[in-house]
Amino acid sequence: MIGAEAIVKCLEKEKTEYVFGYSGVAIDPFWNKILDTNIKSVLIRTEQNAAHCASGYARISGKTGVCAVTSGPGATNLITGIATAYADSIPLVAITGQVNSDMIGSDVFQEADITGAVESFVKYSYLVRDVADIPRIFKEAFYIASTGRKGPVLIDIPFDIQNAEFPGKFVYPDTISMRTYKPTVKGNMVQIKKVIKEVEKAKKPIICVGGGVHLSNATKELREFAELNNVPVVSTMMGIGVMPTEHPLYFGMVGNNGQSYANKAMNESDLLLMVGARVADRAVNRPDLITENKVMVHIDVDPAEIGKNVGPTIPLVGDIKHIFQDFLAQDDHADDHSDWIATINEYKKTALSKAKKAAKKSKYVEPKEFITKLSNAMKNDAVYVADVGQNQMWSCAHHIVKNGRFITSGGMGTMGYSIPAALGAKLASPKKQVVAVTGDGAFQMSMMELATMRQYGVAVKIVVMKNGYLGMVREHQHFAYNDNYSMVELKGDPDLSLIAAAYGMGYAKVDGSSDLEKELKSFLSDDTSALMEVIVDPKALTK
Amino acid sequence: MRRIYSVLVENRAGVLSKVSGLFSRRNFNIESLVVGETADKSVSCMTIVSSGDERTIEQIEKQLNKKIDVIKVKTFKESLSINRELMLIKVKYNKENRRDIMENCEIMNASIVDMSKNLMVIQICDTSERIELFIEMLKSVSIVEIARTGTVALTKCKEQ
Repeated sequence: MIGAEAIVKCLEKEKTEYVFGYSGVAIDPFWNKILDTNIKSVLIRTEQNAAHCASGYARISGKTGVCAVTSGPGATNLITGIATAYADSIPLVAITGQVNSDMIGSDVFQEADITGAVESFVKYSYLVRDVADIPRIFKEAFYIASTGRKGPVLIDIPFDIQNAEFPGKFVYPDTISMRTYKPTVKGNMVQIKKVIKEVEKAKKPIICVGGGVHLSNATKELREFAELNNVPVVSTMMGIGVMPTEHPLYFGMVGNNGQSYANKAMNESDLLLMVGARVADRAVNRPDLITENKVMVHIDVDPAEIGKNVGPTIPLVGDIKHIFQDFLAQDDHADDHSDWIATINEYKKTALSKAKKAAKKSKYVEPKEFITKLSNAMKNDAVYVADVGQNQMWSCAHHIVKNGRFITSGGMGTMGYSIPAALGAKLASPKKQVVAVTGDGAFQMSMMELATMRQYGVAVKIVVMKNGYLGMVREHQHFAYNDNYSMVELKGDPDLSLIAAAYGMGYAKVDGSSDLEKELKSFLSDDTSALMEVIVDPKALTK
Repeated sequence: MRRIYSVLVENRAGVLSKVSGLFSRRNFNIESLVVGETADKSVSCMTIVSSGDERTIEQIEKQLNKKIDVIKVKTFKESLSINRELMLIKVKYNKENRRDIMENCEIMNASIVDMSKNLMVIQICDTSERIELFIEMLKSVSIVEIARTGTVALTKCKEQ
């Protein structure tokens, strides 16, 4: 047995279903040996998307996503994907081929110091020096990626190590013990009791959920806790979908791009439970003010997040699922908070009545209205993948999550995320409807993956909000530079009907004159890939 | 506020760059960083002197703890630790100032470890403040080169 077989065996032991990647000589021994297994390999069209595919797969399957690329440019192309996963704490194991061990450092063909390059975007990285280390390294890598605060781990494996004879019998470690890595799982009981006391005392409590709730698979426990104690819930962008959008206790996304009533409710609360959220700049404008006049409980698996942006009253470190199970086991008696909930509902009503009524007939599709209609037409448990740009803001504000998932690149804001992530999500859950919503800018960053979708028969519905601009930045230049546009106009856009036809996809185009309900119904009627072009006013704003 | 971090890490290739990289990426300040093996060959001890406000000091400790190669982080104020730094300083001397230099060395408990007709290398091992003072005292002499190790520190016996 050689090193490459050992790698494949490790992946089998980890029950890896898919490896997304790209070939190249330095990773060829691995791709050769994967042929002997049931692990499916997916050849994407550019390496960055291998990480995005693995990310979409990981977020929907709950497992660690795996991608593999070659050395040098293959590895460096992967970096943006790794950084995107790191920013959103997505568990990935990225395998990179490397030049021969004795050549490392001599700048030979396709050599790049990838472990050095990704240092600040990975949870950990390995350069394999000895073929015998492969089982231990893989065991550790999967463990590190998928526990504590999840994240990407990179394993760089020189060509000669992949080809080296594996000494002795292959044994995959059953357990693992690292003296340097012991993430906290259970929350401290004293702190848990303290939090429950605060919940009982609070008149205006609120929970703000972040992506950590999804990552900990704690949606059920969180909903149950909110319902049991009648605590309203708001979310960050990454926390969308923890509560169904139309749940009576849910009041939307906070932050600059969020709902005014969500922000208002969070600011006026007397008890804020920040759960699995970083309190980052986009969610909380002034972290220093958020703790004013209130008790703030910060629950996170990463102790370094607590106190990083805001000093909480009660810190609580641990896995959210475990902590909420412990919360639910307490015998607490909270108020029904009906006055408080009524107040927020009043804020919501006022905000919504202020929002502009549907515009009069125009040649363009009204994006907010479109997203709502798209949501209504989607299946109950569908996966909605939003890209980055105005489409993301419209999606966050107007997509209605029923029982499905909403995923997007929240932390890094990587354009072109949606199509590869949707591809990975669909492979993770083939029976579910997966819809990627993107803009014409991000679409052109990722449209090469239409070929991957076609090659592997992955049916994703793609919605392109077309306005001929990099809309989010155009919007910024509208306000900041008084419509003096620079580098935002997308002239030379391809004819999307021809693109769809070129890749053998269904195609539909909607504009202001279209019957959206009818078009959407037909667009979503079957499980084949299709592209819908939505003609949006170039001047449309997200605010 | 100044803080000394005594960081036990896995003695492996690349760990130093991971730790120093953390400081630059997170915009933390490093005044000095010293690495050496411990009694256990698989463990190295890094002594890092840094400064910042209270939140920064806490974040440095938490971010260090988060690094997977870090085994243990101890943080202490200078006053609660014994800290020492070694300096070698090369100076030009002449007949007029030779006596003065030797007297200064005596007062500061420094020793002359190498000499030529017009140059000498002086060694001093003391706290950073005393080393600064010694440099100040030698300012009137022509200083050719200085090499300093940075601070190493252990907590005082009483604290344990």
